Amino acid sequence: MEIYRAHVLVCKGTGCVASGSEPIMEAFEKEIEKKGLSKEVKVVQTGCLGLCELGPNVLIYPEGSYYCTVKAEDVPEIVEEHLLKGRIVERLLYKERDTKERYRSLMDIDFYKRQKRIALRHCGLINPEIIEEYIANDGYRALAKALTEMTPQQVIDEVKQSGLRGRGGGGFSTGTKWQFAANAQGDIKYVVCNADEGDPGAFMDRSILEGDPHTVLEAMEIAGYAIGASEGYIYVRAEYPIAVKRLEIAIEQARNHGLLGKNILGTDFSFDIFIRLGSGAFVCGEETALLASVEGRRGEPRPRPPFPANKGLWDKPTIINNVETYANVPEIILKGAEWFSSIGSEKSKGTKVFAVGGKINHTGLIEIPMGTTLKEVIYDICGGIPNNKKFKAVQTGGPSGGCLPASLLDMPIEYDTLIQAGSMMGSGGMIVMDEDNCMVDIAKFFLTFTQEESCGKCPPCRIGTKRMLEILERISNGEGKEGDIELLENLANSIKASALCGLGQTAPNPVLSTIRYFRDEYEAHIKDKKCPAGACKALVHYEIIADKCKGCGMCLKVCPTQAISGERRQPHKIDAEKCIKCNSCFDRCPFGAIVKI
Amino acid sequence: MAVALNQQQEFTAKLKQIEEMLKKYKGQKGALLQALQEAQNIMGYLPIEVQEMVAETLDITLSEVYSTITFYSFFSLKPKGKYQIRTCLGTACYVRGAEKILDRLKTELGIEVGDTTDDGKFSLNACRCIGACGLAPAIIINDEVYGRLTPDKIPDILKKFE
Ligand SMILES: Cc1cc2nc3c(=O)[nH]c(=O)nc-3n(C[C@H](O)[C@H](O)[C@H](O)COP(=O)(O)O)c2cc1C
Ligand code: SF4
Ligand code: SF4
Ligand code: SF4
Ligand code: FES
Ligand code: FES
Repeated sequence: MEIYRAHVLVCKGTGCVASGSEPIMEAFEKEIEKKGLSKEVKVVQTGCLGLCELGPNVLIYPEGSYYCTVKAEDVPEIVEEHLLKGRIVERLLYKERDTKERYRSLMDIDFYKRQKRIALRHCGLINPEIIEEYIANDGYRALAKALTEMTPQQVIDEVKQSGLRGRGGGGFSTGTKWQFAANAQGDIKYVVCNADEGDPGAFMDRSILEGDPHTVLEAMEIAGYAIGASEGYIYVRAEYPIAVKRLEIAIEQARNHGLLGKNILGTDFSFDIFIRLGSGAFVCGEETALLASVEGRRGEPRPRPPFPANKGLWDKPTIINNVETYANVPEIILKGAEWFSSIGSEKSKGTKVFAVGGKINHTGLIEIPMGTTLKEVIYDICGGIPNNKKFKAVQTGGPSGGCLPASLLDMPIEYDTLIQAGSMMGSGGMIVMDEDNCMVDIAKFFLTFTQEESCGKCPPCRIGTKRMLEILERISNGEGKEGDIELLENLANSIKASALCGLGQTAPNPVLSTIRYFRDEYEAHIKDKKCPAGACKALVHYEIIADKCKGCGMCLKVCPTQAISGERRQPHKIDAEKCIKCNSCFDRCPFGAIVKI
Repeated sequence: MAVALNQQQEFTAKLKQIEEMLKKYKGQKGALLQALQEAQNIMGYLPIEVQEMVAETLDITLSEVYSTITFYSFFSLKPKGKYQIRTCLGTACYVRGAEKILDRLKTELGIEVGDTTDDGKFSLNACRCIGACGLAPAIIINDEVYGRLTPDKIPDILKKFE
């Protein structure tokens, strides 16, 4: 490989592409060529760095300088100053929100300092489309070690002892699962990767696939060796075109390098991996439904047992693990179970990746040791709540999880603590909400989702969630009745107890947890016919406070229905008949003269 | 008239293309989803003619094909507009006001979610996290992401496609 004295890493994750990183990359290439630096400086595309909100993001190594929100016109200056003259362009470096300090290296900033990157170890650092970069960073060394120095049972023991638990939701011991499949009788076995990423507000699996696809391939091969399988399937959502493309490239490259296919690394172990595209059904993330879908059928769950480890894909013993679970495996094999289990907390070992979003200053992807508190994540790493608003709740576990209030912010993030609090780890969505978010509305949002996604096979889920949704809709429309809360609780508990699969069993969680922690908000809707957060349309109307209105006319311009009238410099008025409650005027008024009551 | 004729020819050509494509799946186990995905990529949606073709090639019943299509939200039974707008209703976008963005799109286009405008120009759909939560609320038009939206930015964005 050629040696370059500097590397310019341009993030080509989905978030940064959306904010325009492609033209930035082209600009760097052009400018570097123009200055005659093409032989010394290499421009590389990488996967998500984590701080998507500040994209397009650019890193320059060896210094590790982090330039954020880079514009095309900044590129000549960076090339001239930083790459030619060796002077870091301080002006464009990331600026800490509180201290306004600018650090010269990415690893010094608060957002990164407190993270521990295992599953994301390569994301943002290597070019995911070039296998050599992965290999140069210890890639496929774990596979080589497993194949040449370890027996399959030793691999399983190492994974067991590491304490690794599934990152896809359930949190089952990965080593134990592998042991079941290894013990199962049968000459044909399968390894499946669950990359269906069903949580509607999360994108960590996608980022791993986009930023470091070889890690998943390597881990699946190790799993194949451990249980005695020779075929693997990755079930990935068709809506993730970049991830699919990078996986295809990675599979092709691994095959060409003798790292996938027949007689891997010259041993007698053979293994191949195929991609199957999911077509957008949440329930297909459930393992038995996923297997049905890989087989080309409607993705409906079936009762367990038999578990996939005994009867899985085409009725053969099969292991299914999540993308992030796999991403931890090569490191465990290389560095050992002891190293891994020294990270995290007593019952939850290692790290967890979260996609933190919503009302938070640094939206993005983070990886933290288990046992970190919610407060550290929300305030220390992600910079707290924007616009001086008050924190209200944090939601984890997606549609299967719950909303946790401010009083629980000191809680450590662990599988068991989250469940006790009425939520769950889930696959890693973490959505922060402020005082403007209504908890009844959020419960309704999740239930609408699960209700639409219910496969309809069993009545408690199909009919029960529908009933619950009707009640929630009634409440948010101001038609709630005394006793509705109790009715919701009863329905919720009976659905949890009788639904066939995890979707139905967990669907009531968002409702139960919001009732548990925000009962007063439900009561305000039912008894006072008020939405304290001002979010439920039927319960608010918009008014202009005459004293505060300067008559600037901004609201009038943005109103789509001409509901606002008024002379310049005179107080304006809203015609309630015409108002469709679109919130535009409220967002726009520079003087805070518009209120929702 | 000439336009209609052209459309008809295009449709027939694409059907032929699908027929060719399907050959490789003949007799293969578990190929239904992949076959449908590829067929939709060619035609843009899955009209009855395509469904029949798939059923015949894979030797399964038409009702099995139909029930699979309606099970997965990725598949469409109706033709889509030239510009396909997908509004992210993922959690991160939702808590930052995605529903108001969707409402405004509905008002501006005069259609509901799942529909296409009469001139065949725009279709409107909802989707889940598109991986741009940092730019929430966000929408995608064809392949391009528009982020950090407020409802009043919608008319200007739509104007670009006039
Ligand atoms: C409704 C439902 C949706 C699920 N969605 C996902 C998903 O999107 N990704 C995932 O990895 N696991 C998902 N799971 C969990 C899987 O069933 C399974 O437990 C997991 O893939 C096992 O891998 P792990 O042990 O590595 O976590 C879902 C479960 C249910 C009940
Ligand atoms: S619980 Fe819901 S999603 Fe699961 S099998 Fe029953 S109906 Fe289908
Ligand atoms: S909420 Fe929307 S419709 Fe109502 S007055 Fe304000 S801008 Fe007009
Ligand atoms: S934008 Fe605010 S200040 Fe200006 S006219 Fe409207 S209500 Fe009055
Ligand atoms: S996509 Fe670039 S930082 Fe996440
Ligand atoms: S939730 Fe909309 S982009 Fe993630």
